[in-house]
Amino acid sequence: MIAYALRLMGSVLFVSWIVGTLVFFLIHLVPGDPVAVMLGDWASPADESALREQLGLNLPIWTQYIHYLSGLVQFDLGTSLFFQQPVSELIAERFPMTLQLAVMALIVAVLIAFPLGIWAALRAGKWPDHLSMTVSLIGVSIPNFWLGPMLILVFSLSLAWLPVSGAEQPFSWVLPSITLGTALAAILARMLRASLLEVMHEDFIRTAQAKGLPSTLVYGKHALLNALLPVVTILGLQLGTLLGGAVITEVVFDWPGLGQLLVESIQRRDYPVVQGCILVISVAYITVNGLTELVYAWIDPRIRVAS
Amino acid sequence: MLRVVSYVIVVVWLALAILGFLIGDNANYVDLNAFLSAPNNQAWLGADELGRPVLQRVALGAQTSLFVALGVVFFSAIIGTTIGVVSGYLGGWTDRVVTKIIDVFLAFPGLLLAIALAAILGPGIENVVFALVVVGWVGYARLSRAQTLSIRHREHILAARALAVPVPVMLFRHVLPLILAPLGVEATFGIAGAVISEAGLSFLGLGVQPPDASWGSMIKEGTRYLLVAPHLVLAPGIALMLVVLAVNLIGDQWRDHLDVRTRSVK
Repeated sequence: MIAYALRLMGSVLFVSWIVGTLVFFLIHLVPGDPVAVMLGDWASPADESALREQLGLNLPIWTQYIHYLSGLVQFDLGTSLFFQQPVSELIAERFPMTLQLAVMALIVAVLIAFPLGIWAALRAGKWPDHLSMTVSLIGVSIPNFWLGPMLILVFSLSLAWLPVSGAEQPFSWVLPSITLGTALAAILARMLRASLLEVMHEDFIRTAQAKGLPSTLVYGKHALLNALLPVVTILGLQLGTLLGGAVITEVVFDWPGLGQLLVESIQRRDYPVVQGCILVISVAYITVNGLTELVYAWIDPRIRVAS
Repeated sequence: MLRVVSYVIVVVWLALAILGFLIGDNANYVDLNAFLSAPNNQAWLGADELGRPVLQRVALGAQTSLFVALGVVFFSAIIGTTIGVVSGYLGGWTDRVVTKIIDVFLAFPGLLLAIALAAILGPGIENVVFALVVVGWVGYARLSRAQTLSIRHREHILAARALAVPVPVMLFRHVLPLILAPLGVEATFGIAGAVISEAGLSFLGLGVQPPDASWGSMIKEGTRYLLVAPHLVLAPGIALMLVVLAVNLIGDQWRDHLDVRTRSVK
């Protein structure tokens, strides 16, 4: 188990390094001179050369790369051009908000998906099954940047139950979490249904039924627990996806997280912040995926033996 | 029933996109008298904040989404399948390197990579297609590699190899036809994904630029007038959702059709 964990950690570090390298080269993909793009048309040559020096873009590319990597190791992501503040500070302020949103969305998704998926599996082939699978198909197909405004229209503007945007008011997390969690809820419900249906054909379920166990115990304990394993994996993997998907939701609801910072910095051409946000979200995603695999291997020994 | 409806929606989508060519600049005709007007006899879906007809703009949006979807699926399917089939067939270190690259791409949140590329390359529809292809080829590569591995040792391949058939001919005539069906299903879901991603990038201001229309940018502009003119958000949003839903349904049907287990149950 320890060997497996170490190997997993190595792979997380390796992929993070690759991602860091990609993010480093991102600024060199800017068409034309990145400094001219950042400062706009009216910058003086003196300003341009000062910024070039500040960003280290006047150095040879390998020196830049070494500086960048050694900065990363010390959590130094450069300085924001707009805020004139270290990027790492900006990100540290915003990251907890994004994490909070992703976790709330995960909880919302589980609360919707479990009843829906279980109900569909227990009544497979009948109308509850069709209904909940249709609902989940719609859930997968609704883009969050449309669902968000619709929820605002109904619950904030028409009914005035919940705040429109921001994160200051007591229930401002409700609509963003539902918006972000809906697609995941739909995927989870379908997974859970399929997984339950598969498990219910297993021999041990027939044995449990033959023993005369009440059906709540058969389904609630024997079937559900065994059906959960693949669902838990998906859940972990999706937490990472939620961190990425939060970008659009944060913009819709003006939620002060990393995604909003990223999009605003793109508009301001504040490339050090853009690079920092992409790097941090990606590394968080990779780390969560690594942890999920670790948990999965711990639950199911077959995994670590197989690899 | 559902099957017919989903094909009808896709046909309407195509028709709207073709109609978009006829509409052309009419969709950008500014008429400030019609400012935010609700649906009426002249403009069936109302008008936006510049008095431009929403129906015509939805048609232009259909064109944008179709163009991006076809472009993304075409290029990512060709690039991904070529890489996957060659890697699966050749095996050895080629396969090891390709698998590692695929793993790295899968470890990266796709939408975020697309946002990063679109942000750095600058807004525009070609850059959206490029960004989505960079993210999208991985799925086809993984699928076609796995499929190729599973048929690599079939008799007809061995026979062809014994006859010294050159590798490109082998892959194109003896491997590819056998793995096309699952790739087709993947491409169908790919269309739905590309339509949503294009709208998402345009929503963030990274896609199509004004005055061109995209469903995503229409939703973004409409949110400012949500209370007084909800039709600005409703029309492109419903169009987007119906297209994605229909394409997903068609993908589901094809997948079930290919899956012998579910077919025999029916």
